[in-house]
This record gives sequence, C-alpha cells and structure tokens, in this order.
Amino acid sequence: MASLGNGLLQMCSRIRYYVAQARGAAIGENKAYDLLVAGGGNAALCAALTAREAGASVLVLEHAPPALRGGNSRHTRNLRVMHEKPTATLTGSYTEAEYWADLLGVTKGKTDERLARVVIRGTSGILPWMEARGVRFQPSLHGTLSLSRTNAFFLGGGKALLNAYYDVAKRMGIDVAYCTEVRSLALEDGRVREVEIESAGSKETLRPKAVVVSSGGFQANIEWLREYWGDAADNFVVRGTPYAQGRVLRNLLDQGVAPVGDPTQFHAIAVDARAPKFDGGIVTRLDCVPFGIVVDHEAKRFYDEGEDLWPKRYAAWGRLLAQRPQQIAYAIMDNKAEKLFMPSVFPAVVAESVAGLAKALGLDPGALETTVREFNQAVRRGVFDSGALDGCRTEGIDPPKTHWARRIDEPPFLGYPLRPGITFTYLGVKVDENARVLLEDGQPCGNLFAAGEIMAGNILGQGYVAGTGMAIGTVFGRIAGREAAKIARH
Amino acid sequence: MRGTEAVDQSRRFLEICNACRYCEGYCAVFPAMELRQKFSNGDLSYLANLCHDCRGCYFACPFSPPHEFLLNLPQAFARVRAETYAEYAWPRWLAGTFRRNGTFVGLLAALSIALVLGLTANLQSGANFYRAQDAAGAFYAAVPEWAMVGVAGITFLFAVLALGMGFLNFWRDTGGGAVLQKRPLWKALGDVLTLRNLGGGGHGCNDRNETFSHTRQFAHQTMFYGFLLCFASTSAAAVYEHGFGLLAPYPFLSLPVFLGTAGGIGMIIGILGLVWIKIARDPAPVARALMGSDYALLILLFLAAATGLLLLALRHSAAMGMLLALHLGVILALFLALPYSKFVHGIYRSAALLRSAAERSAP
Repeated sequence: MASLGNGLLQMCSRIRYYVAQARGAAIGENKAYDLLVAGGGNAALCAALTAREAGASVLVLEHAPPALRGGNSRHTRNLRVMHEKPTATLTGSYTEAEYWADLLGVTKGKTDERLARVVIRGTSGILPWMEARGVRFQPSLHGTLSLSRTNAFFLGGGKALLNAYYDVAKRMGIDVAYCTEVRSLALEDGRVREVEIESAGSKETLRPKAVVVSSGGFQANIEWLREYWGDAADNFVVRGTPYAQGRVLRNLLDQGVAPVGDPTQFHAIAVDARAPKFDGGIVTRLDCVPFGIVVDHEAKRFYDEGEDLWPKRYAAWGRLLAQRPQQIAYAIMDNKAEKLFMPSVFPAVVAESVAGLAKALGLDPGALETTVREFNQAVRRGVFDSGALDGCRTEGIDPPKTHWARRIDEPPFLGYPLRPGITFTYLGVKVDENARVLLEDGQPCGNLFAAGEIMAGNILGQGYVAGTGMAIGTVFGRIAGREAAKIARH
Repeated sequence: MRGTEAVDQSRRFLEICNACRYCEGYCAVFPAMELRQKFSNGDLSYLANLCHDCRGCYFACPFSPPHEFLLNLPQAFARVRAETYAEYAWPRWLAGTFRRNGTFVGLLAALSIALVLGLTANLQSGANFYRAQDAAGAFYAAVPEWAMVGVAGITFLFAVLALGMGFLNFWRDTGGGAVLQKRPLWKALGDVLTLRNLGGGGHGCNDRNETFSHTRQFAHQTMFYGFLLCFASTSAAAVYEHGFGLLAPYPFLSLPVFLGTAGGIGMIIGILGLVWIKIARDPAPVARALMGSDYALLILLFLAAATGLLLLALRHSAAMGMLLALHLGVILALFLALPYSKFVHGIYRSAALLRSAAERSAP
C-alpha cells in the first residue's frame, strides 16, 4: 500500500513537472517578436532581459535542450569587476587603469581600447544589476585567493546564474525556444530581413524588428577547426558546450560582416586526455605540469615545464599540446608531487617503477627510463617552493627545467595523459561601442547587434584573464538589449 | 560503513565535485569535502549525513544528467544515508527494519493503535470508557495511570537508549574523537535550531526546482518546534501532576494545553508544507526508494498531532475515551518507531554538524 501510494504521488509530481516544462518551451502564439536573440548563454539573457525591461517582446532561440542550456556560461564561475571600494564579496579596489593594464598585458595589444574601456566601465556597478535579477555572489573560492580582489564569484557557478536569469525571463514574459537553432540571417542593405530557424527538423522563417546574435564561437565545430588544423583537430578536447557550432558566425561572415580575431587561434589549456570530448568543464583541468616532467608520445621532453608560475603558463600548454605530433603528452611525477596540485577528476596512473608507469601509459619503458635518468642527473640542488619561482633547476639538458626541478625517484610514480582542451575560439564579428555589427566597409548594420563570445575577439584578440568573458558578455549583452529595444520601439 | 554501490557512486561524484568546488558557498558539505583528497567509507557516511538535501548543488551542476558524468549528489547521498540508518541501528538485529521502512512503520502504527484500543476497550468498564466526563483525573479513568505512564516511560527510555547507541556507532565510524567540545557543540546546536544549511547561503534552497525559497526550511522548523512544544506540553503536565497534584484534563489556558495546542498546530502546518513540497518538486534529484520512509514518519507525526487536537476538542464528549486510546496508540507507535524510522536522520544530521563544527574550529 505504502509503495502504491508512493508511486501515485511520484507519478503526479512527474506529470506536473513535464507539463510545466512543456509550457515554458513553446514559441508563443504571437510570432511577431520585436527582438530575436540567437543563443541562450549569459550575453543572450542579459540582452533579452534588458530589451524586455525596455518594453520589447523577445524570443530567445537556444540550440540546447533545457538541461544543457546556457552555452559556455554553464562552466563559468566569476566576472571581473572594476570597483573603487570593497563590496560585500570583493576586497580592496580595482581601478579602470589596473583593469586596462591587465587586459593590455594578456592581449599584448591585440585589443580595441575603446571597446575594452566600454567593458571595464560597464562592469563598475554591475553587481547590483545582476543581484536584482537573482544572481547571488560568494567570497572567492578556496584556492582562488588571488582573485578575491578582482573577480566576483557566482554562488553555485555559472549554471546557477543562468537559472536565475531564465527564471526572471520567464516571469517577465520572455519566450524561450529550446532545441532551436538559428540557421541563417538574411542581410539586405545592412539590415536583417528574415531569420531562418530550425526546431526538431522543421524550419520556420521569422521577421523580427531587431536581432541580437550571442551564439558563441565555433570551437565545438571540429570540421571547421580541421580547415586550419587538419587531422590534429580530431584530437582536441572541447571544454565547453557542444552547441558552439559557429553557424551564425559563419553565416554573417559569408555575407560581408567584418571579421575580428585570428580564425586559426583559440584559447586552450592542458586537460586530462581521458576527458569527455565535450563539456568536461573545469574538472578535467590538470595543474600538475610544474611539479614533474612532460614527455611526448616518444617519451621525450619538449618544453621547459618550470618556465613560470602556473597561472601564467597554463594557457601556453594548451597551444603547445595542440602543436605536438598526435596532440598528446604525459605528465610524469613521483610521490613528492602528489599533494601539490588540485586533484583532477581522473585518478593518476600509478606504478612502482618508471618502466611500469611507461607501460601503463602506453609509452616505451626504455625511452622513459632514459628521459627520467637524464633529467635526474641534470637536477641541481635548491630549496623547493611550490608557491614561488624557486631555485630548483636543471643544468646541461635541452630543454631545461628552470624552476621546481626535483629528481623523480620516489615511488610510487604518477602519470597523467594530457591533451589540448579548447576553451573558445578568437574569431568573431566586429562591433562598435553600441554593439552594432559592422560590415566590411565599416558601416554598422541597422538592426543587428552582437554580444558575448561571438564578439569577444574585439577586446580579447589573444590570451585570456579570468572573468573577462563574463564581463564582456554581461556588459555588451546589456548594451545590445538596450539598443535593440530602441529600434524595436520605432 | 560498508562499501556499497551507493557509497562507491558518491565517492565518484565527490571526486568530480572536489575538482570543481563551485558549490562551496551552499552548505557545510563542500568545505568538509575540501579538507579531504580521498574519501573513506566513513567520510562518505559523514558527508552524506551532513547533506540537508537542499538540492542547490544539483541545480547548479554543469555535470548533472544528461551530462555523461550523470552527477546527482543529493540522490546518491540520500541512498547512502538510508544505508547508514541500517548500519548504525541498535540493536543490530533490528537493522532490517530500514529495508522496507515505510511498510514497517505503517504496520507498527497499525498494530500499536489496535493494541491500545483493544486493551483499553476490554480492560476498562464500558461505563468509564464510553461516558462523557470532565472531572479531574478523567483521562486516568479511561486509561489507567500505571499503564499510561509505565508504557510511555519504558518505550521512551528505550528509544533514547537506541538513538544514543546509534549516535555512538555513527560517531565512531566517521572518525571518533571527543564529542563534548564546547564551541563546536554551540555551533552545531545553532545549525540544528536554525537549519541554516537549508538557507543556501542566504536565499533559501531549491525546494521544488531551480528557483530558491525558504519554504522547506520554514516548514521543517515549524514542524520541529511544534514537536518540541508538544514535548514541553507533556513535561509541563508531569510537573502539574507531580509537583502540584493537579490532574488532567487541564483547562484550555493552562500551560500543558496551550503548549500542546500550539505545538500540534505547528506540526500540522509544517507537515502539510513538507508533503506539498514532496509532491510539487522536480523529482530528478530524489531517491525514490526512500519516499516510503519519509511519508511514513510524516503521516505518523501528523496523526499524533491531529489526534491530540481532536482529543482536546472533544474531551468533554462521550468520544473522549476512544480518542484518548487512539492518541495514545499513535504516541506509542511514534515512540517505538523513533529509532527505526526516518526520525533517526535528526540524530545523524546533528552528529555530522557537530563533526563539521569541530573540524572547522580545529587549528
């Protein structure tokens, strides 16, 4: 009896739940929307909310199903904020000048200063706007103290932020069409005339007054990556959403929209080779490189593992791995290294001897033993300090290891297979400070705006510094929403 | 703690969580997790019982289903918790009562009520049992004092003993150490009294879906404080009787009746709230096999409060004898079931909060 009653109650709650889900999923009866938003991540939602608050009717087109909505924003955790005084969760102050210097430093000048400053100033005072729309903040996460002054952390991470925005969107009457891909935008004289969308195999044409594209980069489109990287692209791991196919991006570039950013380049880091092909997020990241050696498929070292502090080098290793033959490498450590880095989601491959470790990793045992022996002989005595540029280095081998070099001689030996994990691509569409998409002749489109990763290349031409992706998405999402609503009302 | 499939699954999940840590601000589980790199079975028992099932981590998780990691920590922890209830049950041979706990508690309740009703109706003369009476001592005229106090005392003391042994079993298995440390005890008491871990860092928990609310925290504490008020009511009645020689039934504005009425109403409001959340919530992070146990205890507590209030309302009528027997039957079932029902979660949750407070205050 108890289990029967139980079953009935469960069935009721399940039915209620699915009805509620279905109700939220359909495109409304009224298809004449003022604004279409292509994409369903942070920038898209910021644009949709801002435009709706200004009185526009809005339809958000999200390629993913509800459970996977939100693009790469799902995997984010903070946003870099300019502030003069400490806030509830941020310490000290972070001025415009310092923010700009940090951006200039990582991009090495590949940035549009005017747009960069729009973002920087836009983040000032943005936290209350986000909080008013349900986003909650927390002190910087354990182990990220270096970011406690500059970056506001979302309580629960990016997916919790998205949940808050989607909830507000629903209550404000913004329609969200899930599992719906924007196939193409028909541009005529710098205006979007029609938008073709596809949902569950059926195509539809919409004629909105304005369009915001915030559909991300193309890092999940392996075919596109193959155009620049050949077969190597098959060995890339995509850290974020599999829905970043870049269809809207290519469609716009094909119609004479001005590109920005190097199409061949992407931000990538070293991830565990056992990571899922897509969506592994933060948990597949490996921070162990400085504490051992890294060898290629022939068990040979190829780069200075101790070049600089890890936060400054981890993105360089993504590129390095992408350029190696077979795009694979192996981090080799001994027992001394085990506690020095954040645990990854996959356990280390462990063996009692170097040869045993080689076998377990699929490497030539003799070759790895030689590499380790030569490395150990080259290690000079020093005082080890995992948190600073210490004096532990090698002499007489090429490449050298310039810091944190210690002999690998204490069993058990640990190994991790590494692959390049792509975070995002740099190619995007050029915009002006009102988020208007620019054509190749420099003219702005009349009713087409861009926000988020699809235009981040304007500001981040190369490199990355934590929390700028969400800063660009939030600031330009709001600008795009505001400007699109102005057009929709006329 | 035995290594079971649920324990292994929780370990796999926590290894993912420990490489992510985005949920750090939600509750006490994640800071406790971060103190560890590896998770023993005892650690998992501790963390599972520290989890308040607020579901914040499920809805915030980028790796929850349909992601291939299938991460669903609230569900896995609920399964582990249910196993720990059996694991720490005292005496050991009663561990089996947690296997089909909803059925067990339901049968126990039915038997207790039938037993008390049957015995009182047969042992007492019909004149006493079915007659309207409101003189002092009327309750004892319907059910003899020695039976009421004797049975209540024995079952209650046994429940305290069994729950205490369960606490010790849990404490030893999750790492031992001193129980009586002043500051952690105060901290844990505060955590229990406020259920701050259902606050999700200030804005409530994911009661029903990915939106936040304080409904569950409020409903649970309304029930919890209602239960305590009822307990206080019984204690006050004992003082009235043995301290002042005043025999029940007491007037409406007396302390025992006032406390009992407020408590009973609180319990009913809280229980209805909790049941409503169970029905309305997104079922994805729920461990369905455990729902029977949850409902059984809620229904039993509801019956205890409802029969008590009914007795109060009708105590001057001829139905009093019958209602009193019914109420006492339910209370007997509740006392018997305390150590062998969902009620034990309060013991292990409190113990886990104490351990967490001790860990955090450790240098």
